[in-house]
Amino acid sequence: MHEQFDLAKSIFGRLSWEAIPYHEPILIGTFIMVALGGIVLLAALTKFKLWGYLWNEWFTSIDHKKIGIMYMILGLIMFLRGFADALMMRAQQAFSFGDSHGFLPPHHYDQVFTAHGVIMIFFVAMPFVTGLMNYVVPLQIGARDVAFPFLNNFSFWMTTAGAILVMASLFVGEFARTGWLAYPPLSGILASPDVGVDYYIWSLQVAGVGTLLSGVNLVVTIIKMRAPGMDLMKMPVFTWTALCTNILIVMAFPILTATLAMLGLDRLFDTHFFTNELGGNAMMYVNLIWIWGHPEVYILVLPAFGIYSEVVATFCNKRLFGYTSMVYATVVIMVLSYLVWLHHFFTMGSGASVNSFFGITTMIISIPTGAKIFNWLFTMYKGRIRYELPMMWTVSFMITFIIGGMTGVMLAVPSADFVLHNSLFLIAHFHNVIIGGVLFGLFAGVNYWWPKMFGFKLDRKWGVYSFWLWSIGFWVAFTPPYILGFMGVTRRMSHFDDPSIHWLFNISLLGTLMIAAGIGCLLMQIVVSILNRKELADVTGDPWGGRTLEWSTSSPPPDYNFAFTPVVHDNDSWADMKKNGYLRPLKDFVAIHMPKNTWAGPVIPGITFVMAFGIIWHMWLLVGVTFFAMLAVAIYHTFDYKRDFYIPADEVTRTEEERTRLLEAHV
Amino acid sequence: MIPKTLRRGMFLSPLLALLSGCNTVVMNPSGDIAKQEAQLIIVSVILMLLIIVPVMFLIIWFAYKYRASNKEAAYEPDWDHSTKLELVIWGAPLLIIIVLGLVTWISTHKLDPYRPLDRIADGRPIPASAKPLVIQAVAMDWKWLFIYPEQGIATVNELVVPVDVPVRFKISATSVMNAFYVPELAGMIYAMPGMETTLNAVQNKPIQSIGFSSNYSGAGYSDMRFSYRGVPQGDFDGWVQSVKSAGANLDRAGYLTLEKPSIKEPVHHYAAVDNDLFYRVLNRCVADGAVCMDKMMNDDAKKAREMAMLRHAPQQAAATRLAQANGEVCTTPNDPVKKK
Repeated sequence: MHEQFDLAKSIFGRLSWEAIPYHEPILIGTFIMVALGGIVLLAALTKFKLWGYLWNEWFTSIDHKKIGIMYMILGLIMFLRGFADALMMRAQQAFSFGDSHGFLPPHHYDQVFTAHGVIMIFFVAMPFVTGLMNYVVPLQIGARDVAFPFLNNFSFWMTTAGAILVMASLFVGEFARTGWLAYPPLSGILASPDVGVDYYIWSLQVAGVGTLLSGVNLVVTIIKMRAPGMDLMKMPVFTWTALCTNILIVMAFPILTATLAMLGLDRLFDTHFFTNELGGNAMMYVNLIWIWGHPEVYILVLPAFGIYSEVVATFCNKRLFGYTSMVYATVVIMVLSYLVWLHHFFTMGSGASVNSFFGITTMIISIPTGAKIFNWLFTMYKGRIRYELPMMWTVSFMITFIIGGMTGVMLAVPSADFVLHNSLFLIAHFHNVIIGGVLFGLFAGVNYWWPKMFGFKLDRKWGVYSFWLWSIGFWVAFTPPYILGFMGVTRRMSHFDDPSIHWLFNISLLGTLMIAAGIGCLLMQIVVSILNRKELADVTGDPWGGRTLEWSTSSPPPDYNFAFTPVVHDNDSWADMKKNGYLRPLKDFVAIHMPKNTWAGPVIPGITFVMAFGIIWHMWLLVGVTFFAMLAVAIYHTFDYKRDFYIPADEVTRTEEERTRLLEAHV
Repeated sequence: MIPKTLRRGMFLSPLLALLSGCNTVVMNPSGDIAKQEAQLIIVSVILMLLIIVPVMFLIIWFAYKYRASNKEAAYEPDWDHSTKLELVIWGAPLLIIIVLGLVTWISTHKLDPYRPLDRIADGRPIPASAKPLVIQAVAMDWKWLFIYPEQGIATVNELVVPVDVPVRFKISATSVMNAFYVPELAGMIYAMPGMETTLNAVQNKPIQSIGFSSNYSGAGYSDMRFSYRGVPQGDFDGWVQSVKSAGANLDRAGYLTLEKPSIKEPVHHYAAVDNDLFYRVLNRCVADGAVCMDKMMNDDAKKAREMAMLRHAPQQAAATRLAQANGEVCTTPNDPVKKK
């Protein structure tokens, strides 16, 4: 074989007009909507001259608060995409019975469920969790920013670049048809020769860098930047869970990166790590991906546990019951989460002793998790519970999550797992813990900290609608899959023969529509709140009677968070300060040392995005150019020594005096 | 295995089925192994309900009683610790997990799919002389091949087993991962290329049902189903005879044609099948000229051994030891197919 140098091929690689899915009406419709929306948005930004503002105040910002908010906006956008996928899946399964094959052929349906899983975990839950941690943790520990502000901005843009890659796969080429963990040999080059799996690998690789670095960043921030007096056992519980989560991120994400790198090598260079030729073994991939994958579950849920802990104590007007055991439970879960990965594949043929070991370690995790539930329960005991939205979500979580925990332990019994694995029971279980645990927690957290972020509360009426639609809609949508699991119905089916189970899928679709309405109400809640921000405004900075440091500063906090670094004496530091008659300092302000914005934060990930796109499409010329461009920019950036500045004392004084006036006006 | 007190809780099983009004085959299967697995689900649920029901009740009770508007209720804003309570909230779940852990350890060993059966059903032990019926199952894109080596026949997308006879499945796959699952018979186990998994099970009642792949494997996955029948021994023998008279043979060339991806493959019967076909599928050497994996690994091991010997020993001694060593290079034990 003698290949001649083909210029077109080295530039465009595998990309051709074939890659544009103009024969798929659903995708064309989506594309037109996205394009129109995009044009309107871009036109509006240009018309109102917002580009400069966005670039200077947001995109290049190293303020942890703005980055946190950008993370959450990314999460929200991707949530709508991921939910659209969910809706299509539920509709397909409700229509595709007997002679009818629904509206999605397997080729498309298989991409939809893969994308749904990938997006919901990597680009919804992760950005939301990271965003909240980014926003809240520095405030809770009395810091002015994270330890590495540039890295923080860079991490965000890497995550975003990964998200954009996934979205690009909608309109250029296609996404993986492998399931969200892309087990080989199905994800190998023989069974999946097209670009789908490459999109999967490279979007996760790019986003994974962001996640890993933000993990490093927050670990260092929590270890090194706590306010004086705040020793480890005086940290707020949310900060504790953030610490454990970020330690998990730092330890788990390199495994994902290495595994996907090997899969990528298998596909590009026939290395056969995971295929049978030359002694490779797919079971190794399954082990490796779950050694990352199980800690990932706790990466998501631990911060949610932290949110509930903050919310329960605040809205019960009471100290958190069993702070110490809560902390130890968190740490125990963090350690144990590394000892259970095999429970995701009891059916792969391990011996009985191996299976029992992993089954029992899994059950042991339920002990600290149960202890947490009890701690929240006994915080409510002899409290004064105010049913504001965050507390409503918390109670709903407790009830929902217990059932999810129970079905989880059922699946942890290996012999029971043999009949329930890969069934819709499994699907119902993990949605039960991820929606009931993580998502409800994020809703609680957003409702709780929104006034801190924007200076006004979220509208209660629409919030309550959303709450009930979600809480009930969840059970309507996921009780049928629990039952279907007992009928031996497996996941990822695009068509069913048996008409007797049709009604259960219809009910599930109904539940999904209720959830859709819940999401609609959530969006309404945000819109209505923004419109009514005057009435909903909070000038105190402490609308809920909070107990931790973030409530001691103004809402939204000034760029520097705290004019003077607070001194901590108790784990409920702000409650303690209030009790002991804390007075806000009113004079003697000094200049504050702050980091400067960065252009390199968005630029390097931007180049990385192009490079990843090039790798996916085998555009090797582009890959070479962008690789060196990336290196060059990164090196150039290291010579930028002007990365900090001082906010002058005058300006701090002005800001603080303004707040003083505001507080006095509303006494 | 299951304590008496817990067995009483099994009334929940039909109740569960009744509640849903559905054919919950997983909870009411007709094979002994699947039945024990279903019982295990019930046992674990009951054990957990011991703690979940009270907690649920407490959540709702506290959530209602300590609402802010109820000024009657006690209020202790600084109460945040009680050693006794901590003992209970860590101890009670621990006790339940200890019991459940024991149940898990015992049941996992007892229901290990690799373990030869010791009973046909509750109270019906298997005589020591009885030999299980061996069936080799191969997951293909997107259909199932079943080889009955003792009967010398094979089928596609149809599995027939005699009632009350222990069956030992040897399971592999051609290209991607699948899972072999017959809900009526026993739990699932992955079917993987280049790997052999085993499942021991027994069908206790005549039945007409289905089996399928329960691990997503690509475009034809939804239709990767096969008909599953449990029939009395006499009918089984008759069925074998009818397959034998069907005519077609499955040889290596035929297999390579069959291996090509297809969806909704109808049932095929093969009157005869190559003796070593499953061995060759497993070792990925059905095609002419392909070196079997076990041989390749054996040769590699031998080569590595030789290299090590030559590096470390004087020539003469090495030659003698090599001769010894090559004699002892192992083959996979417990593989009746390969030994012939």
